[in-house]
Amino acid sequence: MLRRLLGVGAFFAAHWACAQDAMWSFQPPVTGIARQIESLHTWLMLVIFVIFFLVFGFMFYAILRHRKSLGHEAKPFHENTLVEILWTLIPAIILLGMAWPAASVILAQKNTHGADFTIKATGFQWFWSYDYLDHGFGFKSKLATPREQIENFDGRGQAKTEHYLLAVDEPVVVPVGKKIRILTTSNDVIHSWGVPAFGVKQDAIPGFIRDTWFKAEKIGTYRGQCVELCGKDHAFMPIVVQVVSEDDFSKWIATQQARAKAAKDDPNKAWTRTELIARGQQVYEANCASCHKSNGIGGGAYPAIVGSKIATGAKAAHIDLVLQGKNAMPAWSALSDVELAAVLSYQRTSWGNQADIVMPAEIRAARK
Amino acid sequence: MSSDTLHHTDHGLATHHPQGGWQRWLYATNHKDIGTLYLWFAFVMFITGGVMALGIRAELFQPGLQYWQPEFFNQLTTLHGIIMVFGAIMPAFTGLANWMLPLMIGAPDMAFARMNNWSFWLLPPAAALLIISLFVPGGAAGGGWTLYPPLSIQSGMGMDLAIFSIHLLGLSSIMGSINIITTVLNMRAPGMTLLKMPLFAWTSLVTAYLLIAVAPVLAGAVTMLLTDRHFDTHFFKAAGGGDPVLFQHIFWFFGHPEVYIMALPAFGIVSQIIPVFSRKPLFGYVSMVYATCSIAILSFMVWGHHMFAVGMPATAQLFFMFLTMLIAVPTGVKVFNWIATMWQGSLTFETPMLFAIGFVCLFTVGGFSGLILSIAPVDTQMHDTYYVVAHFHYVLVAGALFSLFAAVYYWLPKWTGYMYHEGRGKFHFWWSMIWFNVTFFPMHFLGLAGMPRRIPDYALQFTDFNAIASVGAFCFGLGQIFFFFNVIHTIRGGVGPAPSSPWEGGNTLEWEVPSPAPHHTWETPPDLATVQRGLRAQAVE
Ligand code: HEM
Ligand SMILES: [Cu+2]
Repeated sequence: MLRRLLGVGAFFAAHWACAQDAMWSFQPPVTGIARQIESLHTWLMLVIFVIFFLVFGFMFYAILRHRKSLGHEAKPFHENTLVEILWTLIPAIILLGMAWPAASVILAQKNTHGADFTIKATGFQWFWSYDYLDHGFGFKSKLATPREQIENFDGRGQAKTEHYLLAVDEPVVVPVGKKIRILTTSNDVIHSWGVPAFGVKQDAIPGFIRDTWFKAEKIGTYRGQCVELCGKDHAFMPIVVQVVSEDDFSKWIATQQARAKAAKDDPNKAWTRTELIARGQQVYEANCASCHKSNGIGGGAYPAIVGSKIATGAKAAHIDLVLQGKNAMPAWSALSDVELAAVLSYQRTSWGNQADIVMPAEIRAARK
Repeated sequence: MSSDTLHHTDHGLATHHPQGGWQRWLYATNHKDIGTLYLWFAFVMFITGGVMALGIRAELFQPGLQYWQPEFFNQLTTLHGIIMVFGAIMPAFTGLANWMLPLMIGAPDMAFARMNNWSFWLLPPAAALLIISLFVPGGAAGGGWTLYPPLSIQSGMGMDLAIFSIHLLGLSSIMGSINIITTVLNMRAPGMTLLKMPLFAWTSLVTAYLLIAVAPVLAGAVTMLLTDRHFDTHFFKAAGGGDPVLFQHIFWFFGHPEVYIMALPAFGIVSQIIPVFSRKPLFGYVSMVYATCSIAILSFMVWGHHMFAVGMPATAQLFFMFLTMLIAVPTGVKVFNWIATMWQGSLTFETPMLFAIGFVCLFTVGGFSGLILSIAPVDTQMHDTYYVVAHFHYVLVAGALFSLFAAVYYWLPKWTGYMYHEGRGKFHFWWSMIWFNVTFFPMHFLGLAGMPRRIPDYALQFTDFNAIASVGAFCFGLGQIFFFFNVIHTIRGGVGPAPSSPWEGGNTLEWEVPSPAPHHTWETPPDLATVQRGLRAQAVE
């Protein structure tokens, strides 16, 4: 206990020392919309402060001066039509002064026309995947902070790095000064895609597509997090957007496109058992390990794969479960046939499980 | 009327109870006994929900996972919310209405005494279901108190238990509301017309109507969830043509009036207390009534402001934004009226008054942050962040809860027959006031800077304010234990017997009966002269 307290103390000392971005107010805006929101907020706060001081001024004047202990006698007035009408009308007019500028920001925010290109952001439990619809590739973007930094149950977690919980393995990359349209949707539950510096927040709803947009004005890295409760790892699906120069962006696009081509599982390839299982391990780590754990032992509501009746039983039931999902387990039908065959094979042969492997063709058949 | 229905007219003794021991409570039909049951139940739930809040704040004291797995953290937030709203605040107001309405309007009891017993005894099983759900496979519901699908469709049987619990709670509220409406409309003393009854009666009446309107809506929504979960209906499942956002519309059509169900009775209480300790009649009685009604009506038209981030068209955003802002007008009228009541008064600051003033101050702050949230573009930054958590705790803790504390201290002498210890009461107020702000004020900054709500772990720039908030929360919690002993001390005799009207300015009818209020009161309605004296003193004559 004492050690933990000391640890906390040291942590704060170190923490106060490092620069604080956005502690008292918004993160610095880098889009026109975010800036408009910020000045709207400043304007509102101004009005509110004035009202606040008036209202509290009157109240505290009464509290301080009109006390019985000072011998103040009550004047039992209890009505004044003029005053009552005034303090209904004046606030209504003030409200108009607040609503008017807000309305124009709403219209600008909702105008997604004329975007330079579109990125689809899909929420998964628990990571984001992005598809560059106009460029023909996509990738997953997952929390890069290692679990050892997060888990601190015995009082001795690893030291936390600078962008703790706000770092991903593959950020979204966009060119500076271009209007980017973001489509949001989800694979399982409702998530929400938000980057405060852009003034953007849009729910990602399964089965539906919504859109929003931003035009970043400054090169840099901007961070957000999923903002809709989406299950156990809600805190662990950050959003990182790198805004780069147009040159850097075209270079990045080129490498991504090349990589996407290379990474594509060749549908005609004849997979050997070892290749399939090795591929399966990658798929497992990327998709399944967050619940069933890397060593397949599961935990809580998430059953173990080790010795599981399904993972060691009939192939058909195993394939079905993974394609359809069940309770807290999402459906994984968005994975390719090869990926599914690989991950099933991996589950059926790892950690002491000894069932037969699954071939991509079997998945293709089961989908129908 | 036969002597059967008025069975107790022949022995109106203060000490008379139908049964002794536990039977008195199990079979209770007397409005005061039932009021007491409600209030103790609410207190137990408040402590339970509070312990859960401390579980949340303990985890959030520093970054990293210290105590709970994220699954359990989500269950804590969910149960904390459900228990505080449905188990603590709402029953406490119903309890107060039960205890005080008949006394204040000169009625012998609530209209439907036996149904009153029912509506109370539905609550403990509902609470039990919620608590049991922590121990079933998969744990309690973890989808937040808003229970949004598809997340709530995924979770285990804890969600089913929560749904059944909500069914029971809803039933109980509907029965309680029917009772309040009938009592207020039909059982007022002669001479007390609607526009002359105490404001607490008004706000209870309007609240009861709100509840009757929306409790079935919630019941419907969670029943649809239940069938989606088990009978393969697809109300909220996109795969079968349903729409998850439909649930949000239905939920908030219930949920927004619900927040006024937790606020209107508080307005009523404060409107009783401030005039008494200002020794002046309430300023603008009639505009208070109109404001109460317009808030209630507007509350049905603004649910969309909880959903600015789901992606509604610009026109819908504008519609919900304007109407939401409009609520600030009647709310402002109320605040101005309270201040005008204090203005040129002869103020004293006993504990009920302190809590009432605390209410006005903090509720105003909560109202301001609500106004900020109502501006749709700004809500883009605040939605689902800690700013919202700060906002609703300013209205619910500093609003509903503080008004309840005010009510307890105000009427404790009437309930127990003893005066509470003023010093201890004041200590409780200042302690709560300070630590409340330490807990929740920093959350505004967390929200502005972008910390999402309902997360068990956060990025490093949120560390300091979270630590401060956690310290505040634990101190705040400690103060409530002090409150408990304070009340027990009063029940055991306090600082001495209370007169029938302990407050100098007390003029509503409850101060006409002895303290403690005997088991049976107003068996014959108060005479016209008594009623009119009270009305004149409140300037509603
Ligand atoms: C009258 C008393 C209270 C009421 C009615 C109340 C109500 C609520 C509600 C409705 C939620 C939302 C739950 C959700 O997001 O699903 C919530 C969350 C929370 N409450 Fe309270 N609360 C009360 C008292 C307290 C107190 C005394 C504390 C702290 C000491 C507290 C701390 C919190 C925290 C930290 C959250 C978590 C927010 C989140 O991240 O979801 N509450 N409360
Ligand atoms: Cu999410």
